[in-house]
Amino acid sequence: MSTTDTRARTRFTGRTAGLMAVGLVLALLTIAPLAVMILGAFKTETDVVAPELLPTAPTTDNFFYVFTEVPFARYLLNSFVVSAVITVVALWFHSMAAYALARLRFRGREALFMIIFSTMLVSLPVVMVPTFVVVRTLGLVDSYGGLIIPAIFNAFGIFLLRQFYIALPRELEEAALLDGASYWRVYWNVVLPLSRPILSALSVFFFLANWNAFLWPLTITSSPTLRTVQVGIAGFQQQYAGNWNYVLAASTVAALPMLAIFVFFQRQIVESIKTAGFR
Amino acid sequence: MTTTDPPVTRTPRLARTAGRAVESPMRRRERRAAFLFLLPDSLGLLVFVALPMVLAIVLGFFSLDGFGHLSFIGVDNYLRMVGDPQFWLSLRITAIYVVVVVPVMFVVSLALALLVKQRFPGVGFVRSALFVPYVISLVVVGLVWQFLLIDKVGVISRALEAVGLGGISVLGSPNTALAAVVVITIWFQMGYYMIIFLAGLQDIPSEFYDAARVDGAGPWQQFRTITIPLLAPTSFFVLLTSSIAVATGGLDLVYALTKGGPASSTTLIVYFIYEQAFLFGEYGYAAAVGSTLLVLLLLWSGLMFAVTRGGRFSNVDD
Repeated sequence: MSTTDTRARTRFTGRTAGLMAVGLVLALLTIAPLAVMILGAFKTETDVVAPELLPTAPTTDNFFYVFTEVPFARYLLNSFVVSAVITVVALWFHSMAAYALARLRFRGREALFMIIFSTMLVSLPVVMVPTFVVVRTLGLVDSYGGLIIPAIFNAFGIFLLRQFYIALPRELEEAALLDGASYWRVYWNVVLPLSRPILSALSVFFFLANWNAFLWPLTITSSPTLRTVQVGIAGFQQQYAGNWNYVLAASTVAALPMLAIFVFFQRQIVESIKTAGFR
Repeated sequence: MTTTDPPVTRTPRLARTAGRAVESPMRRRERRAAFLFLLPDSLGLLVFVALPMVLAIVLGFFSLDGFGHLSFIGVDNYLRMVGDPQFWLSLRITAIYVVVVVPVMFVVSLALALLVKQRFPGVGFVRSALFVPYVISLVVVGLVWQFLLIDKVGVISRALEAVGLGGISVLGSPNTALAAVVVITIWFQMGYYMIIFLAGLQDIPSEFYDAARVDGAGPWQQFRTITIPLLAPTSFFVLLTSSIAVATGGLDLVYALTKGGPASSTTLIVYFIYEQAFLFGEYGYAAAVGSTLLVLLLLWSGLMFAVTRGGRFSNVDD
């Protein structure tokens, strides 16, 4: 979360030292549970419930166990494919809809936007049962389609992209239209390239949200081959409740991709939160 | 980023008038293009969002089991709900959860934003560390905290024992279990709201503070006369979104941490709905409870929308 003001030269005074001490203590307390998880993943079965914080005999056996006893690689692959497809298709559809809502003139545009906007107020847990009934009626229960298709549609992305397009200067598009380009060409060759910053920020955010999704995959799938990593570790914990070393290793593997994404794409994540938070 | 832009961006007048002068075949082309661009998302939202919203109300009047047997039973589900102590318990638990989490999270995340807005060595690390729980899935969060809180051997249980609070089974007794859910919720979400507050704070021009300092205003006075009023839109946004997010959230966490226990003490309303539908097969009853929650949320949002005249959220183009 770098901003220019933090890089500015700071004089080391008593106040700075105090702020630094408070900040570091809070930071370490906040990440302590995650540190305990990662350390625990390298402990033996007896070590993991011992009072020592550090592993006395560090081992990677837990990870081998997790990958060999349950099809954990399959869970990871499922999560990856499902999250990636949702992210790409959702951003494509949302950017098309947002472009139309921001730029094209047609009767009922504002009304349509308000209707789409109002669906944002409803989140999955509230309409979980009827959504399940709809998806079951469509014959999508226990399939990749059931995991992916319903998760594509949410007004949040349309809303953010529309805000972005409204703020975008329209001269380039108008020049292309005057040259006789179709709306599709304008969207594809002018608007999409200009959207790259917001699309990259949103894609990180969407991928993260879908990788971490639990409730929908849990209710819509039952076959072990369709399990996502979150459903996998929840089931894993029920099976190996006493063996915390395995549970923590599995949790670490499930959390690691998101921690990596956070380290590499921190700026994008923060930017999309800021954008979302300001309208 | 775009955070500093004024919330209402208007179409240039010139472009609009030029558009109006164009002939009708072009307008028709534009309308057709709009229709096609909007088709995929509109269709999907209709089927997977709007239809479930309508069904939520309709299904409540039916008895529906896991095998799809459907029969109309009128208001029986709603009568059952009103007479179900478990429903009222889950509603009360959710109310406590919202009433505690929303203000505490507000204060905590604002305080953290004020802290990480300062310049000091390592502030970048502190910001990242405070935010990082947010990227972890709630299932992992639930499992890790369950581990931290295992009776006698969990890290937190040992720490409690060291300060003379040994023998407490945090996840084993109703009050402390709900308190744990509250603390964990704040722990993983505070970084998100901290970022939103930080953006709000950074949008306040530093000249205001410089001027106040020249006038001899102390830090507290600056906070009261500059920060609080200029942060009002952000504060309002945080209160609105966090109240809705908290009221409908927590299901994954409760599932992984307590399964609603002990003695239903952490059965939030969303977990109650989940349990009724997917563990007991009472889809109709679950839909009735879900539609009640839906109506409560719509009323709450409508109220908020009316209070703010909806102005800050809609960018009506003319």
